[in-house]
Parts: sequence; C-alpha cells; structure tokens
Amino acid sequence: MLTTRLIACLDVADGRVVKGTSFADLRDCGDPAELAARYEADGADEIAVLDVRATLEGRSARRAAVERVRAAVGLPLTVGGGITSIDAAAALFDAGADRVVVNSAALRRPELLTHLAERYGAQAAVLAIDARRQGQGGYEAVVRAGSRATGLDAVSWAAEGARRGAGEILLTSIDRDGTGTGYDLDLIRRVVAATGRPVIASGGAGTALDLLAALEAGADALLVAGILHRRETTIRDLKRALAARGKAIRPC
Amino acid sequence: MTNVLLLDTGAGNRASLVRAFARLGARVDVAADPGDVAAAACVVVPGVGAFGNAVRTLRVAGYADALLDRIASDRPTVGICVGLQILCAASDESPGVSGLGVFPSMVRRFASTPRPTHYGWNRVRGFCGDGYAAFAHGYRVALDEAPSDADVAVAEFGGPFVAALRRGALIALQFHPELSGAFGLAALASALDGSAVRC
Repeated sequence: MLTTRLIACLDVADGRVVKGTSFADLRDCGDPAELAARYEADGADEIAVLDVRATLEGRSARRAAVERVRAAVGLPLTVGGGITSIDAAAALFDAGADRVVVNSAALRRPELLTHLAERYGAQAAVLAIDARRQGQGGYEAVVRAGSRATGLDAVSWAAEGARRGAGEILLTSIDRDGTGTGYDLDLIRRVVAATGRPVIASGGAGTALDLLAALEAGADALLVAGILHRRETTIRDLKRALAARGKAIRPC
Repeated sequence: MTNVLLLDTGAGNRASLVRAFARLGARVDVAADPGDVAAAACVVVPGVGAFGNAVRTLRVAGYADALLDRIASDRPTVGICVGLQILCAASDESPGVSGLGVFPSMVRRFASTPRPTHYGWNRVRGFCGDGYAAFAHGYRVALDEAPSDADVAVAEFGGPFVAALRRGALIALQFHPELSGAFGLAALASALDGSAVRC
C-alpha cells in the first residue's frame, strides 16, 4: 500500500535555510545539507529545496544548495525557485533534483508545465500555488514569493495547471504559513476536488492532528518545515502519531 | 574500484545514481560508445523518461544491441523504472514501439487506482527483501504478466504488480533504488557483484 509522504521543506535564501510567517520575517534556521541529513535519518520521505529569493532576483534556484543536499541524502529531492524554462529545469535535474516545482513562470506561461511533463514525466512537474484567502471565502493565487497578487482564483488556476500537465500540486496557504495553526482544510478540499491531482498540503502544520486533518481533507502528502527546524517535533513522532491513527506510513 | 556504466536514455536524474553508487564504492561513467557496454563491470539503464523515447534513444545510438548481447552473456546489468519497462515486450505508454523483449511481459497503465501515478513509498516483498522503496511511475507489469523464468518482488497499488525482477545477473527494478535509502542501496549492491540480495 502506498504510504503517506511527509516532506521536509527547506526554504533557502543565500545558501541558508530560512523560515518566517506568511513568507515574511525570515529567520535563519541552519545549513541545508545538515538539516536534510537530519530529516532523512529521522524518517522524512522526501526533501524539498525551495530557493525563496530566486524569482525576486530574476534567476533560477542556485545549484549549490541542491548539490549539497543531494550529496547528503538518498531520498527523492524536489526543487523549486525561479524556474522559467526547460533548460533551467535541466540544470537543476543535473544538480540532483528528481522533480521540479514551478510557480510564477507557469502562471505567465502554462505550457511550461506541459513541456516539463512531456520531458520528465508528470510526477516530475509539480505546480506550486501560493494562495491567500479573500474576503468572500475564495482564494487568490499570489506569485513572486508571495509579493504579487494575480487577481486569479487559486482553485481555477490549479485546475488549469492540472490540465496543462502538472502531476501534483504543492498548495501553500500564505495565511497559515509559519503560524502552526493547522493547514487550510477548505483550500485543500477545493483544490483536490477541482484537480483530481495529488495535493501536498503546505502552510500551518503545528501538530500531528493538523497532518491528520489535512489527510482527511484529501491531501496526499504533507509538507512540514518550521516545527522541524525549531525542534518542536520530529518526523518520527509525527509518523508515530499518524500510524497510531491508522494511516499507512513508511516506518522509520 | 568497480566501474559502473550508465546508459544515456535521454532524460534522467543522474546525480542521484552517481551518489548512490559512490556510497557503494563504485564509480559511475556515462556511456560514450556502445563498444564500452561489454567491458563494464556493471551497466545501468536509468529511469526517468517515457518508454518510446528511451527505447528509440538506445536503438538510434546503437546501445540496444550491445545491451542485449550483454544480457545474453549474463553480465551484471540493472534496469531502473523505465529501464525495467523497456526490457519488456511493449507498453501502453508508447503504442507501436517494441521494447527490447528480454521479458515477454506487457507494460500496462495502472487500472482503476485512486491516482493516475504511483508516486511515493510503497512496501516491496520478494527476492530483494521486505522493505519500503520509492516509486514514480504510471505504468507497470501486473503480477499475472510477470515472466515465469524470473524471480519476482511484488508491491500493491490497485492490485499486485512487479516491483523487481531478477534473472541471472540481470536485475530490473521498478522502484528507484537510488532514492530508497538503505533498502535501495542493498538492491544496487547485489546488482554490482551479481550476488543474491542480502537484507
């Protein structure tokens, strides 16, 4: 039976892991390779390395952090940040990525998703959507590391991205990011229903109960970051709690 | 140091394989000439990309025949993911393209599963031990299509399917051993020396 994936996420800026709240107030959390090795030993099923400055600085994710994390772990490695072309993606695969995440560039050119899926397979073409809750109960897609509103409905964009070839949606609630108040379950339900694609829940994980709630809402995988970096919990403890509630997990 | 020759199938996550073999004390070279295939201690057909594309790339560059000769002489050879599938007869993924036919099996799309792609960690049981491995694929050989003259390891996703095959010194893995921690490394180690997997 396929197990639930726990993905340890490393937001990287200037070669260091950082974490803030709602994408702001970034604080240093350590070295990417050291943290990745710790999370692998602890039972992480996948590592994500997201260069959070790349788009803002008009470049693709830096290879150095990817190469160092690749050398440190033997797990699937998902890499994103500033990828605007197949060539940029190819350079990151070459550096050690097993799949790539696109966000801002896919919104400008959705065919990028199609090209990635054709060349590397749908599972290697991950669409990241950063969503902000709107007053009327909808969600708006926000790009450029949370800095630019698009006016687009995040759920409709997710559906379009899935049609264009995205094999998986990395769905982040900007409102919940770094708060530890739980994933945005309403957002997860809507995107799962609209896309039929596996959804990685992101933004707001505080306890194992939050992870459980996201799975019940339809998420396939769970992204965790701050609570691991701050050593509030471990992947091992989170997995134990999920297993105790009957979820299939890879033992660690 | 053992010399592993990696065939270029057009698209691939080479860095992960280089790292995994380095952990086992082996050096990886990317094949530059089909003439190198016979002499390598171990040949790896890696795993990202579509069936038709991978088969065509190997045929056009002259590697397909060299690979078949090598398998016929029972020299250590590893197929990974699509590298397992192209050893079969054909695949739903690329109608009209013949595989290398080392195994007579058909590769089919997963039927009636909750998701179009089998992506993530799943339990594997069989000749390569009992453990969890990382998968990423939308097509597979169903267990009832497994070749009768090979050892088989099995996983479940909408029914049992072939997670790994072994016939002599040929090992074909549907999962990604380079991304499957200690379980994957054990499978690669056994492929390197052509021995049975020790777990």
